[in-house]
Amino acid sequence: MIDPSIVTRFNEILGQENVLTQKEDMLTYSYDAAVLDAQMPAAVVIPGSTEEIGEIVKICHEHRLALTVRGAGTNLSGGTIPEVGGIVLSTGRLNRIIEINEADMYAVVQPGVVTAELAAAVEAKGLFYPPDPGSQAVSTIGGNVAENAGGLRGLKYGVTKDYVMGLRFFDARGNYVKTGSRTVKCATGYNITGLMVGSEGTLGVLDEITLKLIPAPQARKSMVAVYNTIEKASETVAAIIAARIVPATLEILDNFTIRAVEDFSGAGLPVDAAALLLIEVDGHPAVVEEEGEKVEALCKKLGAASVNVARTDEERDKIWAARRSALSALAKLKPTLVLEDATVPRSRIPDMVRALQEIAAKYKIDIGTFGHAGDGNLHPTILTDKRNTAEFHRVEAAIEEIFDKALAMGGTLSGEHGTGLAKAPFLEKEAGYSSILFSRQLRKALDPDNILNPGKITGVSETPSN
Amino acid sequence: MSNMNELANLVKELEEQLVTCIRCGMCQSVCPLFEQTRKESDVARGKLALLTGLMDNIFSDPDGVDERLNRCLLCGSCAANCPSGVNVLEIFIKARAILSEYKGLSPAKQIIFKKMLANPGTFDTLVAWAGKFQGLFTKPDKNAQGTSCARLVSPLLSDRHFLPLASTPFHREIPDQGLRKSGKKMNAAIFTGCLIDKVFPNIARASIKVLDHHGVGVTIPSGQGCCGIPALASGDRETFTRLVDHNLALFEKEKFDVLVTACATCTSTIKKLWPAVYKNPDSGIKQRLEALSRKTMDINQFLVDRVAPELGDAQGSRAGETVTYHDPCHLKKSLGVAAQPRQLIRAAGLNLVEMAGSDKCCGMGGSFNVYHYDLSASIGKLKQQNIADTGCTTLSTGCPACMMQISDMLAKAGTNIRVRHPVELYAETI
Repeated sequence: MIDPSIVTRFNEILGQENVLTQKEDMLTYSYDAAVLDAQMPAAVVIPGSTEEIGEIVKICHEHRLALTVRGAGTNLSGGTIPEVGGIVLSTGRLNRIIEINEADMYAVVQPGVVTAELAAAVEAKGLFYPPDPGSQAVSTIGGNVAENAGGLRGLKYGVTKDYVMGLRFFDARGNYVKTGSRTVKCATGYNITGLMVGSEGTLGVLDEITLKLIPAPQARKSMVAVYNTIEKASETVAAIIAARIVPATLEILDNFTIRAVEDFSGAGLPVDAAALLLIEVDGHPAVVEEEGEKVEALCKKLGAASVNVARTDEERDKIWAARRSALSALAKLKPTLVLEDATVPRSRIPDMVRALQEIAAKYKIDIGTFGHAGDGNLHPTILTDKRNTAEFHRVEAAIEEIFDKALAMGGTLSGEHGTGLAKAPFLEKEAGYSSILFSRQLRKALDPDNILNPGKITGVSETPSN
Repeated sequence: MSNMNELANLVKELEEQLVTCIRCGMCQSVCPLFEQTRKESDVARGKLALLTGLMDNIFSDPDGVDERLNRCLLCGSCAANCPSGVNVLEIFIKARAILSEYKGLSPAKQIIFKKMLANPGTFDTLVAWAGKFQGLFTKPDKNAQGTSCARLVSPLLSDRHFLPLASTPFHREIPDQGLRKSGKKMNAAIFTGCLIDKVFPNIARASIKVLDHHGVGVTIPSGQGCCGIPALASGDRETFTRLVDHNLALFEKEKFDVLVTACATCTSTIKKLWPAVYKNPDSGIKQRLEALSRKTMDINQFLVDRVAPELGDAQGSRAGETVTYHDPCHLKKSLGVAAQPRQLIRAAGLNLVEMAGSDKCCGMGGSFNVYHYDLSASIGKLKQQNIADTGCTTLSTGCPACMMQISDMLAKAGTNIRVRHPVELYAETI
């Protein structure tokens, strides 16, 4: 229960229609897209301005109320599942693109701007905002920054952190902090911008985000390579990178996923293929031409049964539509879907793909694997039914083994989904106790009352596990 | 009302469908209501979570869930965009029925659905009387849309510009025992639908003219009732089932190859909801409903796919007229019909220009428009703007309910754009 006097203050600041406290509404802000238990907040506040965000943070600070910021609630690590009895700050009304500066190639946005809407607005001016998380039609820039979201173009263009030039945010005490700048270079002070990106709402509440834009590529070429063993496909990935070619996108689909996509969309994919690579090179037309040919030759050399190059925009769209429907196609097979994003150095992709197949067999579970092979970021997608307890225990064990394998290969627990609640218990395995301690001390200094998104990232054991 | 366990058990009927939602949130990007309010309980994911909450018995009364569940246009955009293929519409409709049956219908709805709509004869008579006297309470706008507005301030009509009832409903134009003309190619029965019968008889006339022209026989049995969607959307499965029984018996007496309707909502209701939501079906009636469902087709689709596949473009032969087409949710999202109405418009020699977001919901949503007019109108205004931006002279759409909503919006904006069904436009040329 929340003190009614606090609700009254929220009402005064935001207007009653922007403060929700009924149990029904609390339920709808108790979850996100992660397969984790829901937790009911005490109130949801929906500010419309910088001043209002500041007031909310101050009230939470004053009353030591847990505060979880939520954009679209699409994140897969439980980063937006609130604390029981805490406050959810929804960025739904903070959805203004403040400026798109064509001369200096940057954009300034509020955190609630939907990623795809920003990308479209930028594209209309001949510029490019490359990060394209799978949920971009829904996800917000604030959430992308908080989770350091990736996407299909990470290989060549990087992820959200590579585009954040500056931020304005409220710290845990309600002070307004400005970081970074609107210049390409900026060397003043600590790199607080870098620290904030991927901090999952544990260090401050974002208010304004300045993003770097780049010129749109002039030409693109897409192709599909078909393989009869997944090893050959993953070896091709390593070979393309080794040949010093960096495609904009280099995606893999395993046989399980290919069959699911074909059943779902009838796109004409070869259902007998063990794996497909979907590749796009972009840039200057001459370079695209040359790299396209080289990639095609490499695919064939490494054993592709066939390589189809898209000749028209329509054919190109068809290739990417097939890739984008992978998650949908898998999601239709079973009620529960656990989408992991363990990531390995790209040269280890063949090993990781093999390990995933062994894990699926060992735990007798269905795993469809697809993902951003070019940057080492795979999405082993486990299909199950959470109500089947015995199977779900096997799923949990399998997930832990996936993490162990990825770490043993020099990889990471998460390429793009973040730590959140889901991976917090495993973080020590990757980073070691002292780095958790460092993070915890940092957090404690900046947020002594532990109000900002408690439980995420560093929120598990107080002592080293070994 | 105290026994929430009982309700939880009733909602369990939906469990297998509810668990398929993976909470990914993709429904947000296409929900016209969420676009307005940005509230999680207004989008499918939130409502599915609320129903799961009811099933898990976490609420002390059902009103809060019921109220939120009713804030939905039932446009089906979420279902069409859902990665997991959650059958959102069917879940919501069944949930509304479960809640209404548990709580009981409001007295007003009891009268409207059980006393009026469920008895087609009474309903026809009442509407005929209303048609005669409507001039006392409303005055024509004298605009291209042919709308009227209220003479006096009326809470029921607010500032709507509505299309008046036809002075003679369509069913009065056909013989008592119904219309039967056999054709050379095949025979089609027409399910007229309330709005076409009572507000847009011209669409029915145009349908007959077009079918005649192409040598298709026409059967229109008299005494047709409503397809049942208004009752069903309010959770009155009983009235819905009575109407299905009535109409099924009526049409089963006739011989025809296809049941066509010119109303997107009626088509999708007959095709999808009649077999899926009929209360306590025995296997016999389920088979009969499925057989009728297989025979049911939207008239645009029927004409273009089955009757006149050779129908060519006669583009530009009606100079100066440009048409933009609005995809009714019940046609495109529910039935996947989008190309055929456009083909019909081009075959009518009209220049078709696409609007932005042609398949975005117009905001009508049946009873949503009654209970949440402000939201309905703000969604409609976006549609009106997209229509106006094309510079068209005519707006065409295959759903009479959309035609009413869009007429209201165009009238409010003071434009000269007329509103026509594709079949009307095509009929004008033959």
